[in-house]
Amino acid sequence: MYKLKYGTAAVFKYATLLLGAFAALVPIAVVLFASFKTNKEYSTTSPLTLPENWFNFSNYTKAFINGKMLLGFGNTIFIVVMSIIGATLIGAMIAYVLNRFRFRGRNILIVAFLLATLIPSVTTQVATFRIIDSLNLMDTRFAPILLYLGTDIIAVYIFMQFLNSISDSLDESAMLDGASYFTIFWRIILPLLAPAIVTVIIVKGVNIYNDFYTPFLYMPSENLQVLSTALFKFKGPYGSQWEVICAGIMITIIPIMIIFLSLQKYIYNGFAQGSVK
Amino acid sequence: MFKNLNYKMQRRIIIFAFSLIPVTLLFTFAYLPVINMFKYSFTDWNGYSKSYDYVGFENYKTIFTDSKYFSVFKVSLYYFVGSFVQMGLALYFATILSTSVRFKNFFKGVMFFPYLLNGVAIGFIFLFFFRPDGTLDTLLQSVGLGAYTQGWLLNPHIINISLAGASLWRYMGFNFIIFLGAISSIGKDVYEAAEIDGANRWHQFRHIILPSIKSIVQLNLILAISGAISAFDIPYIMTGGSNGSNTFVIQTVTTAFKYNKLGLASAMAVVLLFIVVIVTLLQRLFIKEEK
Repeated sequence: MYKLKYGTAAVFKYATLLLGAFAALVPIAVVLFASFKTNKEYSTTSPLTLPENWFNFSNYTKAFINGKMLLGFGNTIFIVVMSIIGATLIGAMIAYVLNRFRFRGRNILIVAFLLATLIPSVTTQVATFRIIDSLNLMDTRFAPILLYLGTDIIAVYIFMQFLNSISDSLDESAMLDGASYFTIFWRIILPLLAPAIVTVIIVKGVNIYNDFYTPFLYMPSENLQVLSTALFKFKGPYGSQWEVICAGIMITIIPIMIIFLSLQKYIYNGFAQGSVK
Repeated sequence: MFKNLNYKMQRRIIIFAFSLIPVTLLFTFAYLPVINMFKYSFTDWNGYSKSYDYVGFENYKTIFTDSKYFSVFKVSLYYFVGSFVQMGLALYFATILSTSVRFKNFFKGVMFFPYLLNGVAIGFIFLFFFRPDGTLDTLLQSVGLGAYTQGWLLNPHIINISLAGASLWRYMGFNFIIFLGAISSIGKDVYEAAEIDGANRWHQFRHIILPSIKSIVQLNLILAISGAISAFDIPYIMTGGSNGSNTFVIQTVTTAFKYNKLGLASAMAVVLLFIVVIVTLLQRLFIKEEK
């Protein structure tokens, strides 16, 4: 009797898991199928039918070249890399100062940085737009980079928490050797922050790679398009050519899939740590 | 670099030098927009002319009296309900996958992966999914539910459910992976002790798992609620706010950038900001009290 009960529980468990996996995969799988179909094949077969030729890359070349995806990749990588380097340095600097020194105004600064996490940046775009405009940053790659540095301050948060676990005695013994504060920061603190930096790279990298409205609002020029805005442009001209749009979708998915498969462990840990505020 | 300075002097320099850039950026891009937004919200500025007039609370009055502006909050309710379903599913799958399961890594990866995709890709994936004679319709037909096919994105009564569904698909994996992390950090010995005491799976969930991840669930719920109120990406990309799928943020953005009513749009943004901040503060207080 007990065994039977256990059996149904297990069946239920695996059935729901399979259903969940199915729901997660099917929307992507059908896009993959469609991306290999010819226009005629697409219009005559059902979305669930496998493509006749898995090596029909014509939609991919069309999407890649006409959609200027290479340009999108280039801009995305530039913005992601610059923002991550900037966020890491700036975040580590301010976290070091706030964690290691007691000075007047320190508490106000801490509150200012923490309070800023409460402001949903999508609400303030109306006014941010004017500021970017008055700094003459409109339609430059520095607009999103500066916005990612100034508003998404999760890095400060993560570093401040991590610094709590790095003992002061390291700093002190370095000071006995005559090291300057700058040397302590650069040679001791920054290298010890490495695990936290990995978390920041992952959390920020994913956020920036996926962001749509910042590049959409601040970089309307075609030569500044990032992957998400490049893909968004497919909507008009290819409105009826879903097989090309599907190839475009897959082009943005494949790199992230490769990164995910190779760095799974770090990505899971990164999100688990990055979110526990 | 600063070797010949004494530590007191160094201290001053490093505090100043290391704070300058971060604080400037924080002020310019996080706080200044909020301050300006408040200021603009009392004006009739169109966003580009040199002068504008102060109109007092006129803009706020418009938002709360003209149903065109306030009714869009109803749309948030769909995302709000969706986020509860999302939490429930995430919690369920996290609990299951914290036990011994075959192909655990496969299931974990598959359910988390959608979160890593960019908003535009997800928007398009679901435009394709919900098309007439698209994936969903074909799936329903193949299991004999063909009668239930719908204009998923055409019917104003259904469109928000479809969009909230797409949003759920996108964000569920995030909650799931965080819950899973929290559940996995519970020591094995706790379960073993419980099993000796004769606790079944439900008891374990109710008395061990739930209490130890409670604050993370609350935090995620708050994130989900403010996410629901400020839903933008998915509906904007998929429908542009048509067929009754307009959200408050889409409305704000179009009011500001399409109709050039920057004053009014700022007032809308202020209202939204107030709601999100109040919700978050309530939760913070709530958690603090329990500790």
